[in-house]
Amino acid sequence: MATIRRKSADVVVVGVGVAGSILAKELADAGLKVVGLERGPHRDVSDFPMPYTHDELRYARRHELMQDLSRETITFRNTSSETALPMREFGSFVMGDGLGGAGLHWDGMTWRFLPWDFETRSRSVARYGASIFPADCTSQDWGITYDELEPHYDRFEQVYAVGGKVGNLKGEIQPGGNPFEGPRARAYPNPPTKTTHAGALFGQAAHSLGYKPFPVPSGNSTRPYTNPYGASLGACVYCGYCGRFGCEMNAKASPQTAVLPTLLGHRNFELRTLTNVIRVNLDSKGRRATGVTYVDARGRLVEQPAEIVLLTSYVFGNVRLMLLSGIGQPYDPGSFKGVVGRNYSYQHYSVVTLFFEDRLFNQFMGAGALGVAIDEYNGDNFDHSKLGFIGGGVIWTTSQGVRPIAYHPVPQGTPKWGSTWKAAAARYFNRSFNISSQGGVQSYRGNCLDLDATYRDSYGLPLLRMTFDFHENEHKMSAYLNDRAKELAAVVKPSKTNVTLLNGKYGIVRYQSTHNTGGAIMGADPATSAVNKYSQSWDVPNVFVLGASAFPQNSGYNPTGTVGALSYWTADAIKSRYVKNPGLLT
Amino acid sequence: MNRDRPRREFLKGLGTLGAAAALPAAAARTGERPGDGHDHSAPVSVASIESTTLLFLTRAEADFVDAALSCFIPSDDLGPGAREAGVTFFIDRQLHGAWGAMARGYRLGPWPEGTPQQGYQSPLTPREVYRTAIREIDALCETKYRKRFADLPQPQQEALLKTLDAGELTLESVSGTLFMNLLWTNTQEGFFADPVYGGNHDKAGWRLVGFPGVAAAYTDHVERHGQPYDVEPVGIDDMLGRAVELDEHGHPVHRKLARSR
Repeated sequence: MATIRRKSADVVVVGVGVAGSILAKELADAGLKVVGLERGPHRDVSDFPMPYTHDELRYARRHELMQDLSRETITFRNTSSETALPMREFGSFVMGDGLGGAGLHWDGMTWRFLPWDFETRSRSVARYGASIFPADCTSQDWGITYDELEPHYDRFEQVYAVGGKVGNLKGEIQPGGNPFEGPRARAYPNPPTKTTHAGALFGQAAHSLGYKPFPVPSGNSTRPYTNPYGASLGACVYCGYCGRFGCEMNAKASPQTAVLPTLLGHRNFELRTLTNVIRVNLDSKGRRATGVTYVDARGRLVEQPAEIVLLTSYVFGNVRLMLLSGIGQPYDPGSFKGVVGRNYSYQHYSVVTLFFEDRLFNQFMGAGALGVAIDEYNGDNFDHSKLGFIGGGVIWTTSQGVRPIAYHPVPQGTPKWGSTWKAAAARYFNRSFNISSQGGVQSYRGNCLDLDATYRDSYGLPLLRMTFDFHENEHKMSAYLNDRAKELAAVVKPSKTNVTLLNGKYGIVRYQSTHNTGGAIMGADPATSAVNKYSQSWDVPNVFVLGASAFPQNSGYNPTGTVGALSYWTADAIKSRYVKNPGLLT
Repeated sequence: MNRDRPRREFLKGLGTLGAAAALPAAAARTGERPGDGHDHSAPVSVASIESTTLLFLTRAEADFVDAALSCFIPSDDLGPGAREAGVTFFIDRQLHGAWGAMARGYRLGPWPEGTPQQGYQSPLTPREVYRTAIREIDALCETKYRKRFADLPQPQQEALLKTLDAGELTLESVSGTLFMNLLWTNTQEGFFADPVYGGNHDKAGWRLVGFPGVAAAYTDHVERHGQPYDVEPVGIDDMLGRAVELDEHGHPVHRKLARSR
């Protein structure tokens, strides 16, 4: 097939989501000619009018905003001794598709990672000795520190209208905020979300046990707000249709609400939707990218030459394009060599469901990022020396808007269906809430991504293959956090509780978390990382790979705040240094 | 369920009652009169009364689904069951449409069985799973009891569904557990999804649990801790039919119910 060749651009952005839109905006503002390629459809706020957007079946069950798996999915197995099989329908995680990417269907929780998260290996070894890590654990330092990222977290919070309560202002602990957060130069641009009944009870219980509860930082704008780009966001009305949905109020921060209003129409930016990049083109030595090749909506092959290639897809898209294009050495867990696909990671959760006979919670009201959390058991905020595991997570009660197809909990022991089930579902829909933990998963030698040998996408290209299982460290971590959650629940005095612990193997059937990380990880050593601290490929320095694919292991927090901060950090490095002197940034 | 009376004929009769006939959709479907103890006073637009024509299921398959639904979510003191809420029609439409054809699922082989952790690996689409499983279960019932599943006494139906769910009854072409997962999942979806999809008639599922449907602006109520929020649930069609007052942003203004659930 003849390839159409387009006019060369300074920058081509592959995937216009949270990272891609920020990089495109910053670089277009700096005078670079940017082409944004988005494989999914164009979407804006007018695509989510009332009342159609309040439709649980369409968006949360039939996944309207998610990737079309008939065209491309991943294959999965627990260990390398198994045959990976395709993920034929959504389960454990849901990858977005289209303009805005995951930033359109996310909930809005906008955290800064802990300083420890960036220096997991060195800080833990210093405190406990190297034996604290399991033998096959490959968690490592990022090569970047919290302090370096702080101004970029701040920038992202200002653009994404984040509401929250400051916990550490320039080293001074502030009441009502998270005392464990790294020091921040200034407060959040917006006040925190309102508190629900469930959140208030959780907060009281946490106080009574000596914890310091605080509101989850929210990218659901808590008041009308104009961000530094001049984009205006509305105020959240707590309708509860947030994660997996578009926001009819323009209140959920997203590429659509926070960045695209001043990027689309920018004279230095051109967006092309329904363009699926299948390859980054390299020069004959494989040391320099010359652009990308994509398939357009008419099925034509198009070459887009560019001086800089930014891979800003979801974790899986970034890693797969590197592997399909020959950027960096593919990781092989057997020989323990190579870097691309290394340290794929995830999160591990536990839930305590509290049932009451006489209390109403109206948990259908809420917002995606509405929650009250404690951080006493996250990261290395607690002494692990006698616990037999490393890492931790947040413990919280969230009020994200429950909807009855997915949420109608019944006490353990209730029959699966029938009149008794029906009575229990009726009784407890409004008389229950969860206290849960979200824990970071460390990285391991055997958990990785590579190309599948059997299954293909609709272009005939190999699917990405995930090999992943939970390890003892994470089971112990979640059990420990779940015990703390049970203590908190007991203070609230429910009539009954259910406990959900993921004890066995990881499976892709049950929804868990769309916080997939790693595969193109950041580090200080090219032997153990795919990109440097600027998300720049060690091997092909005019390729930058942005997103949670850069996380060497996962945190207990939601990833988007850090994806945003890394995007601003890299945008600054490209504008202020790379453009003047292209090459590997040091 | 009264299927001898086609919808059009019924609507013709309804026409004489005027456009704002206060007959709820579930009653229209079943031919029953209101009076089941629920608040039916909200106006229902005629457009929300779905066709009762089957698009994919055969009459015999619909009988099977009807019978299973009556086991899963029976009609009782708390209100209509899944069958009375039209979930059979929800399932029929889902199977007829893109989901039933697994249009957005990965459908290329090979299809080794895989581990439980690897999820759905059947070469059959949901539509084919229903058709195949129902035929094979009915054949088993005919052999053993000389009756179709739908004609068995309900306790026997319940026992059979449990056996299938537990994987203790082997079907030739498809896993019984897989079919039961689909059927039970679809039942819950149909009972609790917006009524525009054919189930949850008269918002029976939403009334049962106290879910308001299309959300209002909850900015104020979210901080009224522990206070009941008993309102007439609102579906998408109600909004389009202008049967509901809207606020400045297009959210419904929920009408409070006099009594508390």
